[in-house]
Amino acid sequence: MKILVPVKRVVDFNVKIRVKPDGSGVDLQNVKMSMNPFDEIAVEEALRLKEAGKAEEVVVVSIGPAKAEETLRTALAMGADRAILVETDDAVEPLAIAKILKGIVEAESPGLVILGKQAIDDDSNQTGQMLAALLGWGQGTFASKVELADGQVAVTREIDGGLQTVSVRLPAVITTDLRLNEPRYASLPNIMKAKKKPLEKTTPADFGVAIAARLRILKTEEPVRRIAGVKVGSVAELVDKLKTEAGVL
Amino acid sequence: MAILLLADHDHAGLSGQTAKTLTAALQIGGDVHILVAGPNARPAAEAAARLAGVAKVLLTDSGTFEHVLAEPLADLIVSLAPGYDTILAAATSTGKNVMPRVAALLDVAQVSDIIEVLAPDIFKRPIYAGNAIQTVQTTDAIRVITVRTAAFAATAGGAAVPIEPVAAVAERGLASFVDETASISDRPELASARVIISGGRALGSLEKFNEVILPVADKLGAAVGASRAAVDAGYAPNDWQVGQTGKIVAPQLYIAVGISGAIQHLAGMKDSKVIVAINKDVDAPIFQIADYGLVADLFEALPELEKAL
Ligand SMILES: Cc1cc2nc3c(=O)[nH]c(=O)nc-3n(C[C@H](O)[C@H](O)[C@H](O)COP(=O)(O)OP(=O)(O)OC[C@H]3O[C@@H](n4cnc5c(N)ncnc54)[C@H](O)[C@@H]3O)c2cc1C
Repeated sequence: MKILVPVKRVVDFNVKIRVKPDGSGVDLQNVKMSMNPFDEIAVEEALRLKEAGKAEEVVVVSIGPAKAEETLRTALAMGADRAILVETDDAVEPLAIAKILKGIVEAESPGLVILGKQAIDDDSNQTGQMLAALLGWGQGTFASKVELADGQVAVTREIDGGLQTVSVRLPAVITTDLRLNEPRYASLPNIMKAKKKPLEKTTPADFGVAIAARLRILKTEEPVRRIAGVKVGSVAELVDKLKTEAGVL
Repeated sequence: MAILLLADHDHAGLSGQTAKTLTAALQIGGDVHILVAGPNARPAAEAAARLAGVAKVLLTDSGTFEHVLAEPLADLIVSLAPGYDTILAAATSTGKNVMPRVAALLDVAQVSDIIEVLAPDIFKRPIYAGNAIQTVQTTDAIRVITVRTAAFAATAGGAAVPIEPVAAVAERGLASFVDETASISDRPELASARVIISGGRALGSLEKFNEVILPVADKLGAAVGASRAAVDAGYAPNDWQVGQTGKIVAPQLYIAVGISGAIQHLAGMKDSKVIVAINKDVDAPIFQIADYGLVADLFEALPELEKAL
């Protein structure tokens, strides 16, 4: 079986982003970029399935600017076999991403597509579910455990009330949650080797997908900032302030 | 045209999220129909019918929806979609699972996690863990939306409206339910709690977490939350995680204990009315957003707090 893992290049999770004063967006100049953390978990899970003999090939794909090649190389250095870059400088919404991925799935016929549950830039949490819908496949979202069996995959999902396990018919879409695994770091020799692994370049037009935005972004602004309050000297003072000043006890 | 709202329920009753989502729906404007799908879900439908502002309730009484699997539920919503220009749900684990599937089947974009309705087609939503707020306008004929319920008040109760039966759709057998481990607790739910106390990595173990956090929670009648670090380390179950990728809460009082205040954690609680931080590091970022900060060792401060309450 082949596993397809889409990965996104996003602002590193440690960066405190700045909103442009003119309201036109978030300042991405000279900001550290990394692979979306949930996608690292997705790559790791695919590699573990391959290492366990349950998959033969791990193909990674990214839709984004030329620089997304770095993100793909990171995935290759972790151990993925080959990469596909669908190059575009436009901001592509989850629905159009799902349509492009559908085209790749049709060309590659993977048995599983594993994606991150959300990208930490737009926080949409949509692409995996949309891809499953377009393919007419089942979905195991927010996965904290994945077990492949004959023709099925058992996915334990992190849900609001606890954990739910579903059995999804293959081929299937899985989206990862934080507890699924701890992604490995790429070793230096593997980073060197990754430079020579195959990376194919295409464009959204190759899949006949119109990527025009459906959502118009009218404005991007700073959230209302909270200001630091006071330090209290003791537990007694804290309780007193919560009772008399804040009125919440 | 009308608005279809997917109820959040456990068949026997409606969760508090539905009444908050309804507030957002009423701000968008139009006749709001609440869809309740599930076996023996009439009690939930009756509760939905008594929310102020609802025009009618649609009830699909079918075992297909017992475990709210995304595949059949999305098919059901899509079968009803022609009568609606807006379809929305709370951004719960169910809403997040189902609604993008609905949007893709309808070939429309989804607007995730709205926090404000500016016009029927214009919404505010947080991006980058809430460090920026985007105003977006939809251009699709049908708007598919998930609602961040912490940003909306619940509607009141009203006179009961009619409940109409709706036919289930054919099951495609894409996925099936295996089992569920629900965290059972007498404490309030995070999403609706008035007071929340959350513990972080500093708690050090499951035993210590239970020993020092839970007695204070019991005294306060509070829900219990946790940072990702505490959940990852097994001190607290996954459904207690508060943050960008966990639960988003806005209680009257949020007490963060032994939590440093990473942006991903703040994203889930910074809209709380009053924030208290207890941390032994005077420079912990959590103090920058806390109304009341106590620089102390939590293992001394919490037992003392428990006694003082
Ligand atoms: C993709 C992604 C998603 C994430 N999503 C979330 C999320 O949804 N929610 C979330 O919480 N995090 C999330 N995180 C993790 C986040 O970045 C932080 O790592 C995490 O919040 C840290 O948890 P913590 O504050 O408990 O631990 P730490 O940062 O280790 O802080 C522990 C604190 O305890 C204090 N302390 C230690 N001992 C004591 C003592 N005896 N008494 C008092 N104070 C003490 C220390 O001074 C320190 O400030 C996410 C990260 C990533 C990459």
